[in-house]
Amino acid sequence: MSEHNGDVNGNGGGGARGGLSLVPKTGVKQAMKDFKSDQEVRWCPGCGDYAILAAVQSFVPELGLRRENMVFVSGIGCSSRFPYYMNTYGFHSIHGRAPAIATGLAASRPDLSVWVITGDGDALSIGGNHLIHALRRNVNLNILLFNNRIYGLTKGQYSPTSEVGKITKSTPMGSLDRPFNPISLALGAEATFVARTVDSDRRHLQSVLRQATEHRGASLVEIYQNCNIFNDGAFDALKDPEQRDDITLRLEHGRPIASASKAARRTADGGIEVVPRSEVSEEEILVHDAHRADPSTAFALSRLDEPAFEHVPIGVFRSVERPSYDELMADQLAEAVDRAGSGDLDGLLMAGDTWRIG
Amino acid sequence: MTKQVQRLDRVIIRFAGDSGDGMQLTGDRFTAGTAEFGNDLSTLPNFPAEIRAPAGTLPGVSSFQLHFADHDILTPGDAPNVLVAMNPAALKANLGDLPRGADVIANVDEFTRRNLQKVGYEANPLEDDSLAEWRVHAVPLTSLTVRALEGFALSKKDAERCKNMFALGLLSWLYHRPTEATIRFLESKFAKSPDIAKANIAAFQAGWNYGETTESFSVSYEVKPARLAPGVYRNISGNQALAYGLIAASVRSRLPLFLGSYPITPASDILHELSRHKRFGIRTFQAEDEIAGVGAALGAAFGGALGVTTTSGPGVALKAETVGLAVTTELPLIVVDVQRAGPSTGMPTKTEQTDLLMAMYGRNGESPLPIVAPSTPSDCFDAAIEAARIAVKYRTPVMLLSDGYLANGSEPWKVPSAADLPDISTAFADTPNGDDGTTFLPFSRDPVTLARPWAIPGTAGLEHRIGGIEKADGTGNISYDPGNHDRMVRLRQAKIDGIARDIPPLEVDDPDGGARVLVIGWGSTYGPIAAAVRRVRRAGGRVAQAHLRHLNPLPANTGEVLRSYDRVLLPEINLGQLALLLRARFLVDVIGHNRVRGLPFKAEELAAVIQDVIDSE
Ligand code: SF4
Repeated sequence: MSEHNGDVNGNGGGGARGGLSLVPKTGVKQAMKDFKSDQEVRWCPGCGDYAILAAVQSFVPELGLRRENMVFVSGIGCSSRFPYYMNTYGFHSIHGRAPAIATGLAASRPDLSVWVITGDGDALSIGGNHLIHALRRNVNLNILLFNNRIYGLTKGQYSPTSEVGKITKSTPMGSLDRPFNPISLALGAEATFVARTVDSDRRHLQSVLRQATEHRGASLVEIYQNCNIFNDGAFDALKDPEQRDDITLRLEHGRPIASASKAARRTADGGIEVVPRSEVSEEEILVHDAHRADPSTAFALSRLDEPAFEHVPIGVFRSVERPSYDELMADQLAEAVDRAGSGDLDGLLMAGDTWRIG
Repeated sequence: MTKQVQRLDRVIIRFAGDSGDGMQLTGDRFTAGTAEFGNDLSTLPNFPAEIRAPAGTLPGVSSFQLHFADHDILTPGDAPNVLVAMNPAALKANLGDLPRGADVIANVDEFTRRNLQKVGYEANPLEDDSLAEWRVHAVPLTSLTVRALEGFALSKKDAERCKNMFALGLLSWLYHRPTEATIRFLESKFAKSPDIAKANIAAFQAGWNYGETTESFSVSYEVKPARLAPGVYRNISGNQALAYGLIAASVRSRLPLFLGSYPITPASDILHELSRHKRFGIRTFQAEDEIAGVGAALGAAFGGALGVTTTSGPGVALKAETVGLAVTTELPLIVVDVQRAGPSTGMPTKTEQTDLLMAMYGRNGESPLPIVAPSTPSDCFDAAIEAARIAVKYRTPVMLLSDGYLANGSEPWKVPSAADLPDISTAFADTPNGDDGTTFLPFSRDPVTLARPWAIPGTAGLEHRIGGIEKADGTGNISYDPGNHDRMVRLRQAKIDGIARDIPPLEVDDPDGGARVLVIGWGSTYGPIAAAVRRVRRAGGRVAQAHLRHLNPLPANTGEVLRSYDRVLLPEINLGQLALLLRARFLVDVIGHNRVRGLPFKAEELAAVIQDVIDSE
C-alpha cells in the first residue's frame, strides 16, 4: 500500500506546455492489444462505434503514455460504454455529466491524459451546460463527441443534432426543433481546439486525434458516427465513393480549402462561399488558418454544411493556444505558497483575534 | 457626573436596522470585543435574502443578536434585554420579541413622518406612550454622528454612514467592552482610505463619550468574564469552523482538498473561506451549476483527492444523482448541506432541519450513506473531520448536515492543536489483490469495514473501470445477474450499517439518574434543548438529555437508550423527520415537538414543553 504522494497535488509551474507533456511516458513499446480490455464489446453489429474504438485503440500506442495514466470518462448512451473496452482507467458516469466529472479529475491531476467519450444526446442535450463550460475553461480534456444524430440507447428518438422534420417514435409528425451544429456551438463556447472527422475514415480520424492530443487544453472532436439501427446512412454522402471527394472539404492548416470539384473563397461581405473549382483561380481559394486567434472564419467554415451535406468541411477548424485550466489552477496554488509559505494548520487555527484563559 | 455601575450575569443585545445600516458588522465587532473580554457568548444574525431590500421597510430589516455571560451559555438567548433600533422598521419588526422592561435605544433621527408611514405607524411611538412598557432611550444617532465628524472632509452621506460605529461606541461604553481591537479593525478594514478609517474611529469614540456624558444613560453594566476551561479561544461561526474542519481533514488525511461548489445562501461562505487557503494545496472550483460542483468533486475523488461539495436548499436536490453515483462507485465524498427553509427556494436566509429524510432517502434505488450533524457552530469543525474520516475509511459519500443557524451563528471556540486531531489517513491500493496475484478486483472488500480498495489512476496494474451500472461483486464488471444485484444492495447497506461499530455510543446526560423523561435531539437544536433542560432542572424537574451526532447509522445503543425512558420527547425544526425514523426503527412512541418558523427554538418554549411531558407522567 502506498501513501499519498506529491504527484497527486500536481502543483506545477506555469508556462505553455505540449498536450501530454506532463503525463509520464512508458519505456515499453505498446500495441493495440494492450489497450483492449477483457470485456466483450456490446454494440449492435455494424455500429460505427466499433470503427472508432478500433481507431482509438490502434492510435494511442503511438502516444507512448503509461497506460495507467490514461482515463476515459463517459456519460450515458451507446458511445458511453466505450471506457469499459479500454484497458485503462475508466469512469462510466451519469447522463451528460462526464465533462464535469472529468473536469475535477483533470484539474487536480495534470499527470493524466483524460478523455471524455460522449454522444450528441449526452453532450448537447442533457449535458450541454457542462460541455460549453469545459470548453470555455479550457480543461485539459480530449472530448470525442460521437454524433449519430439520434438517440440509440433509448431506441430511436430524435436528438439535438437531428435534422428538422425527423420522423421518430417521439416525433411521428416530424421534429420541430432546429438542430445544434456542434462545431458552431463549440466555437461559440470559446473552445481552443475544434475538429470534425468521420467514423469510417480511420486515417483522417487518427490524424485528428493526433492533433487533439498534441493540444493542451480542451479539444472537441466531433465524429460523424453511423447508427445502423436507428439512423442508418445518415452520413452516407460522405462515404459514397461517387460523391465524397466532391463534397468533402478537408481542412489542413496552411492548405487551400477545396475538394475535387469545389473550392472555398471569401465573399465580398467577408463571408465564405463554396463555388465550382473552375470558377476560381488558385490564388482566390481560401487558405486554412487553424491558428487564427479570431474564430469568425472558423465559424463561417462551420456553417458551410447548411443545407446539410452539400459540402462538408472535415478536419481541424481551430487550434489556438491558451493556458489550460489545470495549469492556471496549479499556478495559483504555487503562487499562494510563494507568497506566504505552505499551509500551517496551527497557524491557521490560531490566526485572528484570540484570547487565553487560565 | 459619576455613573452607577451595575453587575449583571448575562445580557442579550439585539442590533437591528436597515440592511444598509451595517448591523451585521456592528454585531460582529461587539462580539469581537466581548470575546476579547472573556465572556462566553453566542450569536444569531438574522438578515433578509434580498441584498438591498427597499430602505426603511420591514422586509429590509437586518438584525444581529448577541448573548454574553459570566458563565457558560448555550444559545443566543430567547429575548433581548436591549434592542438597538436604527429606524422605525427595526423597532416594529423586533418589538414583539422584547420582554417588558427591556431597554430600547432608538435612533430618533430616523423616526420621520415618511419612515413612520412606510411601516404603518400612524403616530411616532417615541412620542406617545405606546412604548411605556419599555425603557426607551431616544438618541439622535445620525445627527450626533454627523456633528462629531464635522471636522472631516466627508460628504453628509458618508458621515451619516458612520452612525453604526457611533452606536457601537455607545453600547461598548454601556457594557464596558474593550475598544482597542475595534480601532485596530477599522484601521485595517479601511486601510486604503485612511480618512474613512479615521471618521469611523471618531464616530466610535464619540458614541463612547456620549454614553459617558449624557443623562439618558445613568447606569452602565458590567458582565464579568466567564470561567471557561483554560486554553486559547477565538470566536468562530459555523461556516468558518466547517471550512477549517475540512482543511484540517485534508491535512490529517494527507489528501489534497478539492471543493466543487456553486454559490448558494447560506453555504457560499464555505466556498469563500476555502478559496482563501490555496497554500494548503486546496483547489476550489466554482462550477457552472450544483451538478457540476458535485461531479467535479467526485471526479477529483476518483483521482485521489478529498472531494467536497457544499450546498443548501434546492442545491442538495440537484446533487442527488451524483451522490447516488458516489454510493454505487463507493468513492469518498463529503456533501455539505447547510439546511435552509424549504421547499424549493423557501426562505434562503432562514434555518430548518428539513433535509434529514432527503439525506437518508433522497436518491433513486437503495442508496444508503452516513449522515453526520454538528450541534453547535464550533462543533462544525469536529463534525467535518468526522465526516471526512468516515468517507475516507469506508469509501462512501457522507452527508454533513449543518444549517443556517449554525452557519451564521458564532461562539467562542477553544482552539485545538493540530497534533491532537485524529489521524484519518488512508492507503491507496497499489498491488493486484486477486488470488492469481495479477488481477485487480476493484470491488473486493476489507473483511472488517467492507470498504473496497481505492485505486487511483497512475497506479500501474490496477487499471479498472467503474460506473453507475450494477457491478459484479469483486470484479466490478457490468452485471445484470439478479443474485449479484441482491448481494450488492445488501453489501452496500451492511457497509454503512457497520459504521455503528466505529462511532461512540449515544451518551445520556442525567445527573440525578432518576429521570423518566428523555429529551433527544439532533443537530443545531442542541443549545436550545440543553438550555431548556437546565431551566427544568433548576425548577426541580427531572429530565434526561441525549443528542445525536450520527444520524446514519445511529449509535448502536440508541434503541436501548430510547426504551429505558417512559417518555421520549424529540424537538425538531421540521414536521418530525427523525421522529419518523426512530419510531419506525425502534417502535418507540416518540413525542414530537415541531416548529418550522425559520428560527431556532427558544429555551423558554422548550422548557415548557419538557415540563408538560414530565407533568403528564
Ligand atoms: S443503437 Fe445505434 S448507436 Fe447504439 S449501438 Fe446500436 S447501432 Fe450503435
